[in-house]
Amino acid sequence: MKRNRVTECNDWFLERFPLTKLWNEHMAHYYAPKNFNFWYFFGSLALLVLVNQILTGIFLTMNYKPDAKLAFDSVEYIMRDVNWGWLIRYMHSTGSSAFFIVVYLHMFRGLLYGSFKHPRELVWIFGMLLFVALMAEAFMGYLLPWGQMSYWGAQVIISLFSAIPVIGDDLSLWLRGDYVVSDATLNRFFAFHVIAVPLALVMLVFLHIVALHEVGSNNPDGIEIKDSKDPWGHPVDGIPFHPYYTVKDLVGVGVFMLFFATVIFYIPEMGGYFLEPANFIPADPMKTPEHIAPVWYFTPFYAILRAIPDKFAGVIGMGGAIVVLFLLPWLDRSPVKSIRYRGGIYKKALMLFVISFIALGYLGTQPATPTATIVARFFTAIYFGFFLLMPLYTRWEKTKPVPKRLTTIHSLEEQLPALIEEITQIKHGSTEIGHSAFKSSFFAIRPNPKGIRNLLSRLAKNAKGSLD
Amino acid sequence: MNNEGVDQSKRQFLTTALTVVGAVGTGYLAVPFLAQMQPSAKTMAAGAPVEVDISKMEPGQLIRVAWRGKPVWILNRTPQVLDTLITLDDELRDPLSLESIQPDSSKNPARSIKPEVFVAVGLCTHLGCSPTFRPEIAPNDLGDKWKGGFFCPCHGSWFDLAGRVYRGVPAPTNLEIPPYRYITDTQLIIGEAPEEESV
Repeated sequence: MKRNRVTECNDWFLERFPLTKLWNEHMAHYYAPKNFNFWYFFGSLALLVLVNQILTGIFLTMNYKPDAKLAFDSVEYIMRDVNWGWLIRYMHSTGSSAFFIVVYLHMFRGLLYGSFKHPRELVWIFGMLLFVALMAEAFMGYLLPWGQMSYWGAQVIISLFSAIPVIGDDLSLWLRGDYVVSDATLNRFFAFHVIAVPLALVMLVFLHIVALHEVGSNNPDGIEIKDSKDPWGHPVDGIPFHPYYTVKDLVGVGVFMLFFATVIFYIPEMGGYFLEPANFIPADPMKTPEHIAPVWYFTPFYAILRAIPDKFAGVIGMGGAIVVLFLLPWLDRSPVKSIRYRGGIYKKALMLFVISFIALGYLGTQPATPTATIVARFFTAIYFGFFLLMPLYTRWEKTKPVPKRLTTIHSLEEQLPALIEEITQIKHGSTEIGHSAFKSSFFAIRPNPKGIRNLLSRLAKNAKGSLD
Repeated sequence: MNNEGVDQSKRQFLTTALTVVGAVGTGYLAVPFLAQMQPSAKTMAAGAPVEVDISKMEPGQLIRVAWRGKPVWILNRTPQVLDTLITLDDELRDPLSLESIQPDSSKNPARSIKPEVFVAVGLCTHLGCSPTFRPEIAPNDLGDKWKGGFFCPCHGSWFDLAGRVYRGVPAPTNLEIPPYRYITDTQLIIGEAPEEESV
């Protein structure tokens, strides 16, 4: 009897709202390629971090005061006097760095497997808009604690706009609402940070996912699973997102939370990279700290800005470093999506790009010495070379034949015998060397230098082979 | 929808007209929202002039005062410093301050009304950091070429002790000199031009 009531309520609801349809379209009947690997965790993790930022942010605003006289103290109040305030604040500050780690890895996945290429150009564009909105959100959030680094970081970034000819000075005055970064600036950044940009972020996430589900997910082989379907119209190489990938992503969430919690509880400042030391001093408009650098996730772009010895050109270079990413789907002329079937040139180019991005990121955290500037110029050239020469080198490169169906991945169990074989090779012949006193101890297993050398040279050969 | 007998061009005209009127209306509606982000009347009024007493300044001493929320430096320059300034012209981007911002009374080689008292807005013309005061000659971290001046820690711009920018650094122009005048020999007012100029 009671059961019927529940069903009735359920039916009443479903007649008025297409819940089942939505659920099926995006979860239970959304077919995703069956060969997703490690790199495919970061999309759902980004969503998780966004939820974390929104929730912790709501609770932080309950005690934070967006006022130049009160802001710094209210953050310290949250850290010391509000119940669990320190935890919520560290979840938020660590979350912002985690957001960028996850998003950078997510974007790198796109570069690896050509997820930006036809027919997913719009997915990529929405993703890039998300990235820009995320940078705006992080930048404005960083002003709110009103420390020295907040203040001078905002001063530098807003001054970037003043480099634009003709309208620059009026534009930066309009952005600040004052002649210098001040209370007016703090108050409006608070408004943007808690309302405007988060709304834009959520809407863009929606668009990103709708566009993705329209064209279907890419995969490590970079082929369209929709091209081979079973008699019922389902892709033969696809599996329903729910329960297969929801459960798989839960494992990713678990591992992610392990790292996330470790940072929050043991190294919340991450040695000055997540929360910079100078930001524990209240903002002083009269004095710039000896060394100012943005938070780590902006440093690659900041290094590009510093590398160019002209104010306007520097700003153009910094903006251009982000604009070229938008153009990626049209710069890449290769007929093949995945790095697995691309020629050696793209692999080497991507490797150089990753090295230059990390190197620029490091240089951006360091003081601008003449040597560092020259090195930064070199890596800036590589950064832009990767994108601007792409139409040429992707056309030249010899691609490998692409399979019609997804290739199988060897499971861990299947890989085990080969691994055991390698380990025995390393310690092979160890028993003769050991002194009898060490026999029963750890030292009895002496590594075999020849075995290690063989293994290393084979690994190096494999790495070289995969680059060609 | 039945489109029979419909005057399509009239319908098109009405649609276009409504779109244009709507866009103009949206434009007008946007004005108050965009304009409210401009500095408020109170902020504009807060740019009042500041009086500074310089009678107690030692030779070589730098003091900072806040004017319009910006740091303003007042530096007492020794004769040695003034002698060094003359020798630097070849290394500077704008030694005669032709492209820089200063009141006419400070548009001279020493960039000040009285050579020994230097007044400047302490914000780098590159991206607005406040450069550090480094009066010493050839310190270890800046090298032999350093003759004393202001060094911007953010992006490495060099200025001499007249706020003139060196070549090959990111800052495009010399440090800005605010309008100021002497009330008495030892009293400055920052934010007001000398009387002959303001007339």
